[in-house]
Amino acid sequence: MKIRPGSRLPTAALAALLVGAPAAAAAQAPAPPPAAEVKPFKLGVVTFLSGAAAGPFGVPARNGAEVLVEALNGGRVPAPYAKKGLGGRAIELVFIDEAGGTTKQVSEFRDLVQRQNVDAVIGYISSGDCLAVAPVAEELKKLTILFDCGTPRIFEDASYKYVFRTSAHAAMDNVAAALYVTEMKPKLKKVAGINQNYAWGQDSWNDFEATVKALKPDVQVTTSQMPKLGAGQYGAEVSALMAGSPEVIHSSFWGGDLDAFVLQAGPRGLLKKSTAVLTCGETATHKLAGQLPDGTVIGARGPHGVYAPENELNKWFRGVYQDRNGLFPNYPAYHMAQAILGLKSAYEKAQGTGDAAPTQDAVIASFEGIAFETPSGTIALKLGKGHQAVEETVYGVTKTVGGKLTFAGVKRYPADKVNPPEGVKSADWIKTAFKPAR
Amino acid sequence: MGDLLAVAIDAVIYSSWLFVVATGLTIIYGVMRILNMAHGSLYALGAYAAASLAGAWSAAGWPAAGTYAVLVAAALLVGVVMGPLVERGILRFTYGRDEVVMVLVTYALFLILEDAIKLAWGVESYFVTEPYQLLGTLDLGPLSYPLYSGVIVLAAVATGVGLRWGIYGTSWGKLLIAVIHDREMAAAMGINVGRVFLVTFTLGTTLGALGGALTAPTVSVVPGMGVEVIVLAFAVIVIGGLGSMPGAALGAIIVGLVRSAAVHFLPQVELFSIYMVMALVLAFRPRGLFVAVEARKI
Repeated sequence: MKIRPGSRLPTAALAALLVGAPAAAAAQAPAPPPAAEVKPFKLGVVTFLSGAAAGPFGVPARNGAEVLVEALNGGRVPAPYAKKGLGGRAIELVFIDEAGGTTKQVSEFRDLVQRQNVDAVIGYISSGDCLAVAPVAEELKKLTILFDCGTPRIFEDASYKYVFRTSAHAAMDNVAAALYVTEMKPKLKKVAGINQNYAWGQDSWNDFEATVKALKPDVQVTTSQMPKLGAGQYGAEVSALMAGSPEVIHSSFWGGDLDAFVLQAGPRGLLKKSTAVLTCGETATHKLAGQLPDGTVIGARGPHGVYAPENELNKWFRGVYQDRNGLFPNYPAYHMAQAILGLKSAYEKAQGTGDAAPTQDAVIASFEGIAFETPSGTIALKLGKGHQAVEETVYGVTKTVGGKLTFAGVKRYPADKVNPPEGVKSADWIKTAFKPAR
Repeated sequence: MGDLLAVAIDAVIYSSWLFVVATGLTIIYGVMRILNMAHGSLYALGAYAAASLAGAWSAAGWPAAGTYAVLVAAALLVGVVMGPLVERGILRFTYGRDEVVMVLVTYALFLILEDAIKLAWGVESYFVTEPYQLLGTLDLGPLSYPLYSGVIVLAAVATGVGLRWGIYGTSWGKLLIAVIHDREMAAAMGINVGRVFLVTFTLGTTLGALGGALTAPTVSVVPGMGVEVIVLAFAVIVIGGLGSMPGAALGAIIVGLVRSAAVHFLPQVELFSIYMVMALVLAFRPRGLFVAVEARKI
């Protein structure tokens, strides 16, 4: 499925003609000499527009891209992004649906690059799609920015010239979750997990378990449940979790699975008896506020959504997003903003003081190791030879005040504390970086 | 001992849900020889209709206890609208063709319905939480079970008993058995096979929608929710024997028990457990546990 915002153009063009033509006729001024026409920067954006991941992830990300690009093209974004488009060049978005699996996504990527001749691609929520597309981006020599997928393997197992990721990888989420719960419960003895049985869930649990055990070697794992992605029915899993009476339950569930788990575990009292740590919980807080008991630990995969800093960019982004969509942006929308602003920063850095469009190689050279401002604060590409971002992350616990969901005990973890150093794999770093707390 | 009790209770609840979800699929196959791939979409439609109608019911401020009736009404609505629409509008033109063709036709229907659902309801999630939370829970030692699960168990028992009575205890059931046994001979004897097919498909559609409507209070109703269900329902009826009602019940119990035991004792094999059972059953009984005796035609 391909959706082009450009399809709205006829209405806009008609309006411009109706308003602009009489004005031009009245002015009767000689037309200026035709300037060399600047082609728009064609940006492919791949995100889930159908399937279970569309509602909580894909569509908010698309909405984020639309609202931000529209404002960039109009020159309405606050400093340091006041320059229109990309260095004065309008951005044209081409949306592709990420649903359909990795084989389809590789074909779609080839189509974007070879037939639609996009100038760059921003995309991919699924780690599987990121792993499949990255080598193809390298083969086709096309600048590609991964905006949301979490697997650390992209730059830990390979090295790319044309591929960047402007959000932190998942090790950060689970290391910080382990730090948060061990600080919250210094006498922690029993933990359990429920994660989806594929790369995302398995990696998340492994990183969480390894960090907790490094910090608290005596901690016992009562059970690690790994239901199938999209299973939906968690009756037996909830019973197994309850039977072990863990103090903490870790879950990297997302989307409908997260909703179903909260809806089924909540009424049975599991989320009150044990403290749930939901690393992707922020996406569920918008609709399930009344179902989350006080004390549930919520992550947002970085300083996004409710945890975003109160800087000018964030106030502006939250405002325009809400005006257009009626909802506050969630973390996938923030991740999308990071990718677009990262590209803009690199492009304009490569452009320098002139107006000429920089080459792709110049943009890539500027992108490597760049630090840039976003609604989530400063993002720095410090890992993967300057291709992988690190960012601070935040955790807090839910607290309902006057019927409204708020967050208490909010702790911010600096990027250097929860991301591995350059050149070290996450799993190896976790083993050595954390020592038992006294 | 406590663990075994938990395994048994979880197995009964999960088996009941599986039976409600799978029974519509098996009854359509048993009578019409159609493996209805659109069953997952009908399940999803039931869930969406239940969420929308129950949401409207709550928004109107009517008594929360009435939402249980709304769930059933939503399933009936989907059944009586979609059943005749699909059977009269599409399937009747394909009768007599190979079973594989019917699979392709219903798969196409599944894809169309999935997109139609997105057109009607968008990609946002819908919730209908009242029925699940209203009944409260039952505490058994360290465990606590939602009483709403009892509603699912009752629905499964009522469906099983009702179908058994309908097929073996009524004159309409005898006509159905005649059509199952030999549709040409049944037609020759004056049975209106087209009407039997219409009623059967509508019944199967209603049962699929009932599965979705009763599941809606325990999940968020999202696009794609029917995909997983069709795979599970297929596994259950293949284990039991395609088209067999007792087979579907036994298949649901076996799958429920194995999955529940895996979750409690060996969670790392849970993903694989259902398909391992299916492979084992098919290795020894390639047509499932309950194979309907077929008359040899000459």
